[in-house]
Amino acid sequence: MTNLLLNPWPWWLAGPLIGLTVGLLLVLGGRNLGVSSSFRHLCTLAFPKSRLPYLAHNDVRAKAWSLLFVLGLALGAFVAVRFLSYQPVEFLPAHYHSASGALKLLAGGFLVGFGTRWARGCTSGHAIMGLATFQKPSLYAVLSFFAGGLTAAGIALVLNGGLS
Amino acid sequence: MSLVKLIKALRYVFVGAFFGIVLTKAEVVAWHKIRAMFYFQEPDLYLIIGSAVATAALLVALAKRFVPRTPFGEPVEVTPKPMHKGVFYGGFLFGVGWFITGTCPGPVYAQLGGGEFFAVFTLIGALAGVYVFAAVKPRLPD
Repeated sequence: MTNLLLNPWPWWLAGPLIGLTVGLLLVLGGRNLGVSSSFRHLCTLAFPKSRLPYLAHNDVRAKAWSLLFVLGLALGAFVAVRFLSYQPVEFLPAHYHSASGALKLLAGGFLVGFGTRWARGCTSGHAIMGLATFQKPSLYAVLSFFAGGLTAAGIALVLNGGLS
Repeated sequence: MSLVKLIKALRYVFVGAFFGIVLTKAEVVAWHKIRAMFYFQEPDLYLIIGSAVATAALLVALAKRFVPRTPFGEPVEVTPKPMHKGVFYGGFLFGVGWFITGTCPGPVYAQLGGGEFFAVFTLIGALAGVYVFAAVKPRLPD
């Protein structure tokens, strides 16, 4: 039991617990799971004087739950790393800890922010919450996520013949 | 701040923390797991997403049937997601970014909390992406 808990969790434990998060957030918080909207709120906070309607017409106080949720997400990861793991948790590979890695993360992160806000949802909001509630736009979104990811995977394979 | 207000705020932190623990322990936050998913090297991520969706579908159906309100009286309801072109264009761009960074939005925060300093670059990139999106939004297909 302790072994199960302190080693990486198998899919049959992790998947249902991610599903449980959706249920908990809905019945305890009255909210639909979603993470990428927090980027918009952080952006509004970072540029409080911006006149861009997408940032200016955004009532962050009314959406504060989203920022509390991602704060919790970070704290939970801290707990998992610090108290619930035998082995150090590997997030990014060693070769990303470099100047070229930082550039990749900036460029890729740009697409993550731009893309999820254009799609109005990410893996949480569309792939988990949207699919679980049988929403057709979310199905198209998820198919598009994989179309983009697999296209990039194919290009990476051709360019450097590798998985880096 | 009243105690009720504090609890109302803290419940989101707690559910978020639960999510953060699960994502981290499932290794959904690991770059190599995302690569393995896109290169079809292991089925884990597909099984995780599939079983998460199935469990969430069941729980949401039960919640809508039996739990009309939260303990604080807010309605328990699912917000419909409107159809728009951005799910295709934006979805595709996000997919490319997901492959490059090995990180989707939830894991960005998990990486930061878990001590992965380089996730700062992913977050800065994402916020820059949102800012540029905000600037060009009027000229993009919806």
